[in-house]
Amino acid sequence: MSFQPVKFYQTGTFTVGNRLLAPEQRSVQAATSRRNSLNSGHRACQGCGEALGARYAIDAAMEATGNRMVVVNATGCLEVFSTPYPETSWQIPWIHSLFGNAPAVATGVAAALKVKRLKGLLGDVRVVAQGGDGGTTDIGFGCLSGMFERNDDVFYICYDNGGYMNTGVQRSSATPPAARTATTEAVGPTPGHAFGQGKFVPAIAMAHDIPYVATATVADLRDLEYKVRKAMTFRGARYLHILVPCPLGWGAASKDTLRIARLAKETGVFPVFEAESGELTGSSKIRHVLPVEEYLRPQKRFAHLFGPKPDVAAIARLQALANRNIRKYRLLDEEAL
Amino acid sequence: MLKQIEGSRAVAEAVALCRPDVICAYPISPQTHIVEGLGEMVKAGAIAPCEFINVESEFAAMSVAIGASAAGARSYTATASQGLLFMVEAVYNASGLGLPIVMTVANRAIGAPINIWNDHSDAVSQRDSGWLQLFAETNQEAADLHIQAFRIAEELSLPVMVCMDGFILTHAYERVDLPTQEMVDAFLPPYAPRQVLDPGEPVTIGTMVGPEAFTEVRYLAHEKQRQALELMPAVAAEFRAAFGRDSGGLVRGYRLDDAETVVIAMGSVLGTLKDTVDELRDAGVNIGVLGVVSFRPFPSAAVRAALQSVRRLVVLEKYFALGSGGVLAADVQMALGKNGGEIYSVIAGLGGRPITKKSLRGLLEMAVRDELVQLTFLDLDRTLVAKQLARERQTRRSGPAAESILRDVHGTMARNEGKKS
Repeated sequence: MSFQPVKFYQTGTFTVGNRLLAPEQRSVQAATSRRNSLNSGHRACQGCGEALGARYAIDAAMEATGNRMVVVNATGCLEVFSTPYPETSWQIPWIHSLFGNAPAVATGVAAALKVKRLKGLLGDVRVVAQGGDGGTTDIGFGCLSGMFERNDDVFYICYDNGGYMNTGVQRSSATPPAARTATTEAVGPTPGHAFGQGKFVPAIAMAHDIPYVATATVADLRDLEYKVRKAMTFRGARYLHILVPCPLGWGAASKDTLRIARLAKETGVFPVFEAESGELTGSSKIRHVLPVEEYLRPQKRFAHLFGPKPDVAAIARLQALANRNIRKYRLLDEEAL
Repeated sequence: MLKQIEGSRAVAEAVALCRPDVICAYPISPQTHIVEGLGEMVKAGAIAPCEFINVESEFAAMSVAIGASAAGARSYTATASQGLLFMVEAVYNASGLGLPIVMTVANRAIGAPINIWNDHSDAVSQRDSGWLQLFAETNQEAADLHIQAFRIAEELSLPVMVCMDGFILTHAYERVDLPTQEMVDAFLPPYAPRQVLDPGEPVTIGTMVGPEAFTEVRYLAHEKQRQALELMPAVAAEFRAAFGRDSGGLVRGYRLDDAETVVIAMGSVLGTLKDTVDELRDAGVNIGVLGVVSFRPFPSAAVRAALQSVRRLVVLEKYFALGSGGVLAADVQMALGKNGGEIYSVIAGLGGRPITKKSLRGLLEMAVRDELVQLTFLDLDRTLVAKQLARERQTRRSGPAAESILRDVHGTMARNEGKKS
């Protein structure tokens, strides 16, 4: 289909349709050549943010590598729902080894492919590793840091839904403060997850000075695709941290996955940015800053903050964290500040 | 070519001759000299193309080997002791996925108490991991077993652990005959994987298997171990034809003719045992030795065949299952069934305690007179243990046990020194 220039009539919105863009700007998902790397028929929940994120990310990586790619998957929801063998959703070479070793397995795959290339047995084949926040920020963190510091030629994608959803919604080091999980119940004097805990792995990835670090959400899939394609232009260790709402674990409606992801970004709860060699190179600006309540309210995991006696103090602390993100990652236009 | 060479260096050179594609290294004594040697060779371009990866843990070492092997690379790593335990989850994963990784285990005790010296606690703890486990008697055999290991591993698509006694072998300088590259190339063809991550032919590896097929998948792994029982003697025979040496196989007998008593053991202690048996033979005792090369798969039929008319067995091992007893002894008992005669289980050489010819001679003389108890701890100082047990009876907060025993040992030594002067 040839490109037909169309007049932009929705200037200033984010809902520019694909047909309004030049071919090179169109999304991979909209292309007839998209690979459906994570094919339909898998067993993810309705409204699963991780399935959506993985589909866009892996197809974009496939496009960037000319379909010459191997994927290594950590244990977790994505691994389980995509491969109820004899059915598999993966239309690509894919391996799952353990929960905590995906970055190291990917290093091994990359090393093997390099040797094969040097022997003239194979052309250039790239490696993508992926896992949830449990597999990435907790149990796989040692292997991840090792892969980063050696600058192994691996692109690692973390799908962050803020907890161990596959095992029944337990707290991880990516669970936000105040969130209810099965191991941080909404009971006692400080219901939900404690403040002052957890870690933001994109910042730690930056501290390794690796070539490329970025964050994204499933609310802006074109940005997600752009970051995947950009990541594949680099060699060495690269990291993409995607916020993927989990309707089950967050207690949110399946239809609200994109809305909540967008609210995470628009409130400053989740900063969307990119960095090269440890330095921030750009951030997705918030258009109209919203209070964190907007993000918290649609999620049952934060329900204990509201009700008849709202926990004003906890909400204020969450707002302060969002404000810090806005300052730290420059999420507002300079003039808006 | 004959070389006067450290055991670790001999293994490094043997592994290099196997043309590995990916080597993962994490330091732990007494394995370090092996990967140091290989690292130097890769850096100098003596092994090329080859990726040498300094990982951040043993868990990563095995995981990198898993990824590399699944992508079609000949993969190698080495470890010992705590390192082996640290990678256990990946060790089981490698065999479960059927990846022909070869790993040297420089056998060392497991803590606590921390101990860097030799026994077989590390490797034997992995007896159910699905890896083939071969024990070298000498440095020559350690080097040779690695060459055979890649062949066996890749033929069966199963990982192989080559076990060699830490320090006793790894750090010993002795004469080793290292083959030429041409000889090894003729013996070991390039790796042709059964499964490979290839964009040309995408496969999914490592999915969940439920109750509908798990038993069959597990049994298949067992069946492969049984195939190894057939393959290993064949490979050893081929090795002898090509290299002119006996190395590997399942078991190796020594002076078994007319033997009424046979000592069974694994690893470097076989040398001392053979010397002791020679002395006893000279004294008219009908005694022999059976060395177990292949601990996993356990060669039950070969053990049975070697011990047909034996009256009593002494199973000497550098490990035991706490609260139970000898592990090799249990395997031997299982292999022999009801007709096995008397089996004495002997635990010796734990945490590097020397197994002397003198102790062995005393032990075997008692065995021949049927004066041994079922489970013997060679050279165990029972008074030290009794003292600590008494302390624990007397005082609730008796303190850390290992440290108390050490104080007793060194106190006694100091007093003895005092008496001498």
